[in-house]
Amino acid sequence: MSTTTVPTSTEDNVWSGGNKPLNSSYGKMMMWFFIVSDALTFSGFLVAYGFSRFKNIDSWPIADEVFTHFPFLHGVDAPMYYVALMTFILIFSSVTMVIAVDAGHHMKKTKVAVYMLLTILGGAVFVGSQAWEWKNFINGEYGAVETKGGQILQFLDAETGKRVALEDFAATIPGDRVQHESKNGLWFYEEAELPSFTVQEVVTGFVNHENLVVKTEQIDESGHKIVLSREESLQKINQTQYVVEGANLIRNEYGNRLFADFFFFITGFHGFHVLSGVIINCIIFFNVLIGTYERRGNYEMVEKVGLYWHFVDLVWVFVFTFFYLV
Amino acid sequence: MAHVAHKLSIFRGLVTFKSNQQKIWGVLIFLSIVTIIEVVLGIIKPESLMSSFLHMKIINWIFIILTIVKAYYIAWDFMHLRDEKSGLTGSIVLPLVILIPYLAFILLVEGNYIYDVMFEGFVSWNF
Repeated sequence: MSTTTVPTSTEDNVWSGGNKPLNSSYGKMMMWFFIVSDALTFSGFLVAYGFSRFKNIDSWPIADEVFTHFPFLHGVDAPMYYVALMTFILIFSSVTMVIAVDAGHHMKKTKVAVYMLLTILGGAVFVGSQAWEWKNFINGEYGAVETKGGQILQFLDAETGKRVALEDFAATIPGDRVQHESKNGLWFYEEAELPSFTVQEVVTGFVNHENLVVKTEQIDESGHKIVLSREESLQKINQTQYVVEGANLIRNEYGNRLFADFFFFITGFHGFHVLSGVIINCIIFFNVLIGTYERRGNYEMVEKVGLYWHFVDLVWVFVFTFFYLV
Repeated sequence: MAHVAHKLSIFRGLVTFKSNQQKIWGVLIFLSIVTIIEVVLGIIKPESLMSSFLHMKIINWIFIILTIVKAYYIAWDFMHLRDEKSGLTGSIVLPLVILIPYLAFILLVEGNYIYDVMFEGFVSWNF
């Protein structure tokens, strides 16, 4: 290693490392590199979702029938409103982030701190909303059954056309079936949580209630799920193999198995990005408070996390479209 | 960093803002309007937009186009690509604009093909 000092004249020379390529600093450039590669990752996921959807184009669940919850409105059919609200929260926290970056350019420390805090709050509210959405998705509302062919059958009241929950019609048949736990068996494995009703209870209940019909996964030309007649329903219900309540990675009460898998994977991956964004924002926020960037003379760090934060917002715009709208 | 020049016009110079902060609020209003249009269309689902165009419903094309419009304004104004050198903008946007539609095209065509095979085959998948 030579100890000679680098002459300052090379600062102006493009090929001597003195100036910034494309007028952007090393850190900002690397953030853009990361964003481009992450964008490709997300598009890979979304395109895989599209692939599975096109493969099952005539039986894919309809988002409006799946995401119908809104906080404090029980039993009200409110599709879209909740995710629209989440979208606004995220866009708004993006705006507070831009304002923080802008204030950083003008070296206004207090303003940067205030708007960073608002951004963090927005992000936290978004992650919380997503947790609530997951809770509803995992618990399910009505319950359904799965046939031998892996098709989900849901239950409707033939007169009103409304969904009917399993607990409203399932018969009560006393039985000794208890959940197997690892401590009771010869081998240390346990089984998955048992559904609230057995297949027999659901089938008997269905036969006893004359007003019930089956809604299949299949979609007709007008884009609605096909509802069977009572006779067809009785035939179909005999093929029941599982009672499905809510959703997990194996089966879900909304329809195609892949639907829940993609939902968990893509919104989960996005939620993880939001969570890490909130944590990074917190770190930067405290650095702003203790004056790190004031001493450094620039607030470029705020700008870099800002880029990441907007990217998370950008991804959500696409997730929103492909999961909830299209 | 204090001397960053912002380009304050959006919509190809149709609207010009006085300060960068004003531009941010303007873009927020625009993005909100687009989102509201999407949500309203998603809730009422007008019958006239349900017909198919190039293998997809017209309403879905509208959703995708509006999404790309939103993505453009987020990237250009929030991520201030508008203020960057064109070389940087190009090297960020071009790989995405080329690779993503390509990947989407081949996989969606393949998905559609597999659907056809399963639909027309002699095996019943719904039993």
